[in-house]
Amino acid sequence: MSVPVRVVTLLVAFLVVVVGAVYIVAHYVVGDLPTVDYTGAAHNGAVNVVLQEDPQNNSSSRPDWVSYFVMKPGANPTVPSSWVHTTVFSVPANTTVHMTIRGYDGCTPPRNNFWTEVQGTVGNVIAFQQFKDTNKPMGPVHITNTLNGWSHCAVGHTFAIPSLNVFVPVGSPDASAPLCGVSPCVAGPFTLEKFTFHTPDHTGVFRWQCFVPCGGGFVDGNGGPMQTIGYMTGNMNVVGS
Amino acid sequence: MSHSASDPSTPSTPGTGSAPGARHGLRLLLIWLPLAIIADVLIWGLWYPHLPPGRMSDQAQGQQFDIAVMAMLAAPVLLFVWVYFAYALIVWRRKPGEEGDGVPLHGNTRIQATWITVTAVVVLGLFVFGTVQLIVPAGAGAGEGPSPSWTPNTHRILQVQVIGQQWAFTYRYPQFGGFESTMLELPVGEQVQFNVTSLDVIHSFWPYQLGVKADANPGVNNVAFTKPQQTGSFVVRCAELCGIWHGAMFNYGLVVQPAAFVTWAKATQAREARLHILTALPPYALTYDPTVIPQLGQDIVKVAGITGANGYFYPSESQSGDPGDPESP
Repeated sequence: MSVPVRVVTLLVAFLVVVVGAVYIVAHYVVGDLPTVDYTGAAHNGAVNVVLQEDPQNNSSSRPDWVSYFVMKPGANPTVPSSWVHTTVFSVPANTTVHMTIRGYDGCTPPRNNFWTEVQGTVGNVIAFQQFKDTNKPMGPVHITNTLNGWSHCAVGHTFAIPSLNVFVPVGSPDASAPLCGVSPCVAGPFTLEKFTFHTPDHTGVFRWQCFVPCGGGFVDGNGGPMQTIGYMTGNMNVVGS
Repeated sequence: MSHSASDPSTPSTPGTGSAPGARHGLRLLLIWLPLAIIADVLIWGLWYPHLPPGRMSDQAQGQQFDIAVMAMLAAPVLLFVWVYFAYALIVWRRKPGEEGDGVPLHGNTRIQATWITVTAVVVLGLFVFGTVQLIVPAGAGAGEGPSPSWTPNTHRILQVQVIGQQWAFTYRYPQFGGFESTMLELPVGEQVQFNVTSLDVIHSFWPYQLGVKADANPGVNNVAFTKPQQTGSFVVRCAELCGIWHGAMFNYGLVVQPAAFVTWAKATQAREARLHILTALPPYALTYDPTVIPQLGQDIVKVAGITGANGYFYPSESQSGDPGDPESP
């Protein structure tokens, strides 16, 4: 075999290995997760994003893992088909995000109760209301800047975008009723939580995560769904508006 | 056909070629020495001021000096290898028609003794230098466990607890009521003690511009010191692979004037007190057992020895002196 042929063969083999490795890593890390695109739903510099967190999920190979879901823009949250089992969504840059999270999972004490403080939202507050079931509120809307996860076990999970300094405890529903058992949850007790934050004026991928160690059965509760995009952590893609 | 050392057609070999061995040695010395001096002067004069980790703190400056010293020792060694290699390629290159073997060499006591002595001096010198530097302020930025070998010669130390968790660092200031923050803010010109721990897996606290790198181990208090000498921002990274978002586990710290630091710290403390965050936090301790959930309502425990005068790092306004001047009483 001539030298040029050997060089070309070596280069091709090298490229095949590199491309294959990149594909496998990319496939493993982000999988085939769909991205829910909210960029088209933005109006007047604002967009409404809706998530829910469930005590389990029936739509994956890990039915016992807690998980977030993302709602399709403008869809009806009480219809299961409105929800996508993913944690990747896109929003425009330099936009006000009105976030709504429907918390169906019960309480878990955060490892660090500092995450009890609402940070990085407009006014550093959240508005939350507990529901016994859909359209059955248990009380008025509370506007608060803390949700103590230790004294009242009031926190189910958190939603945090550390690089934007957004840290929000997500309230847990009233524990007297059985939690939702079928995902995506559209029935059962839940907490409706709303807050607002601004996306940066530059594009980029911003990871978000839960800071409550909710990976039951894993070391420190921080394995499994806590370390898997599509469950309790994901990406907020900020794209050009 | 064999060649003798005196045969002019014999290939040049070290010590036996066209020039006597001493002549080769002298030539090598005359080539190498100026190059080594030039390299060391360039390293000291041009490279040293720009070497990492910079000059933002005493520890960073010390480490910069250490790296410069090691570079100045390494450069002559490296140059000697290169010079010898080039000299051998050029001078002792086989000439056309030379096909015989070189003369057998049976060692050279002087060269061997010189080689062993020089390398021993260099290696042992670096060992002594490195050991000394570890136990002076330059090495104090490395986490040395709960009982560090070097401690500052002052009681005026700002305590900052660094808490690693997947995947963020938070910071507690025990001399300011134990408030916790995602922001790391430090006063310039003041001695700072980092008490580094973790709530879950092993992380590593690495504000490298400050010359600090300390592992954050669960259940362990790892102490590191720094004394910022410049205002400005610095990067804090996790330097221990800790899970999926390890690569994203970084944020920025800030070194500010002491008066600005006190203003920020007191404002943060007041805000967290007003929002009942302080009472929601566990009592300040050097390590935490995350399996223990304290009851709400306990006061922040002030650990003996780390609470400054009047509960603050700086003297209260009731005392005389300029609160903006850290040297003021």
